[in-house]
Amino acid sequence: MDLSISLTVNGVRRDVALDNPRVTLLDLLRERLDLTGTKKGCDRGQCGACTILLDGRRINSCLALAISHDGADILTIEGLAQGEELHPVQAAFIAHDGFQCGFCTPGQIMSAVGLIREGQAGDDPERVREAMSGNLCRCGAYAGITEAVLEAQKTLADAGRRDAA
Amino acid sequence: MNTFDYVRPASVADAIAAATAPGAAYLAAGTNLLDLMKGDIARPERLVDISRLPGLDRIETLPDGAVRIGALVRNADLAHDALFAKTYPAVAEALLSGASAQLRNAATMGGNLMQRTRCGYFYDVASACNKRAPGSGCDARAGENRLHAVLGWSEACIATHPSDVCVPLAALDAVVEIEGRDGRREMPLEALHRLPGDTPAQDTALAPGDLILAVRLPAEAAGFAANARYLKLRERTSYAFALVSAAAALRLEGGVIAEARLALGGVAAKPWRSRAAEQALAGRRPDDDAFRRAAQAALADARPSGDNGFKIELARRLVARALALAAAGTPERLPALPASPFSSAAGARHVA
Repeated sequence: MDLSISLTVNGVRRDVALDNPRVTLLDLLRERLDLTGTKKGCDRGQCGACTILLDGRRINSCLALAISHDGADILTIEGLAQGEELHPVQAAFIAHDGFQCGFCTPGQIMSAVGLIREGQAGDDPERVREAMSGNLCRCGAYAGITEAVLEAQKTLADAGRRDAA
Repeated sequence: MNTFDYVRPASVADAIAAATAPGAAYLAAGTNLLDLMKGDIARPERLVDISRLPGLDRIETLPDGAVRIGALVRNADLAHDALFAKTYPAVAEALLSGASAQLRNAATMGGNLMQRTRCGYFYDVASACNKRAPGSGCDARAGENRLHAVLGWSEACIATHPSDVCVPLAALDAVVEIEGRDGRREMPLEALHRLPGDTPAQDTALAPGDLILAVRLPAEAAGFAANARYLKLRERTSYAFALVSAAAALRLEGGVIAEARLALGGVAAKPWRSRAAEQALAGRRPDDDAFRRAAQAALADARPSGDNGFKIELARRLVARALALAAAGTPERLPALPASPFSSAAGARHVA
């Protein structure tokens, strides 16, 4: 079987010849495409450090076989900022001290972007915490993370309303 | 992870032909299978990728009022389907109490049914485990077994089935549609998972090549929509498997329970439907005495498989609580912490 796949990663088409069907999306991003912003924490779907958006939805890239996702659209932490301008979720994590060591942060931020797109949590901090429970932070920056998600969600909603007006 | 061949069949018939070979395994999202492969617990020689098979990702209402959930419907999509969640609220609540948002975006209905136990000894390839390596013994039996089964276990295996959604599905008489080498057939979800007996390696009644196409909820299951809950006790607030869980559904008529449904999770190698409890509730007023009697009936045959005797009383109390919350009425909106006994409908905070 042909093990070549084609992905759109952060808006750019990437053709990759896999040498083995065992390659996960996480390993493909880090080892083949040199996009090391997506972190390998547990590699077993328990920590959330590898969170990316796959066709617009947040998933654990460590538990997805690359070969199974030929043709997919992927957004990673490297694709969020517009040039020097940070994405509102990135800016909110800085403003609210939503991290300490930073290792889990790309996963936290991608998860937050996914959460806001899902639109299920509203402005209830309890629902935000529940919806972020797939991302562990061993520094314990959870309080800042929740505040950052809530503020970024508001920023994006306000921007959406301005665009619609 | 072992090396394997990868095939992506274009049709159900091709998939079944490819998966009938010894050592073959179906791959959907892979959220459980890849985890097992990384730990060397599963070593399939061939992965048959069914994730793009056409027509299996739909939620359909059938002419007779039943709802058919395609095997490739993602957990999050089913739980957030407004009509489905309103009609089968305990199923939606169970889905949202399971795993994390990332996993729910990927994991499928068929995969949920086929997921394997999270017994730590099953996962530890250095341990004896009759489910992973038949005949090797069971290190859980004299090991860390506070979380293990209290119903239907055997000396060969005391593992539990980890699914949340299977619990309300069993309570609501869900039916599993299967296609295999000899054509299509169906079976009650309750008959899909096996108790361990002397052959715990065989989790389900499926034969090699059998493919789950869909899960169907009969029209009558919608009759419980006004009084249905799923409750789940965990050792941390979120993103944890059930210590004990319960799906409770009532059909009330004139202040009396006309019909009750009850199933437990986290207590056995399969979702544990209790018809004895259901019969104890039928015709009774929905009060604490009736709920306590039902809970006694549901756990009448329970016995500890190790240091887990506490789970029996915990399960009784959870059953009574789930029935009381069901009787109080399905909430308009799911609580912030779905299925948590520590979450009020108004969203009580678990963090001060």
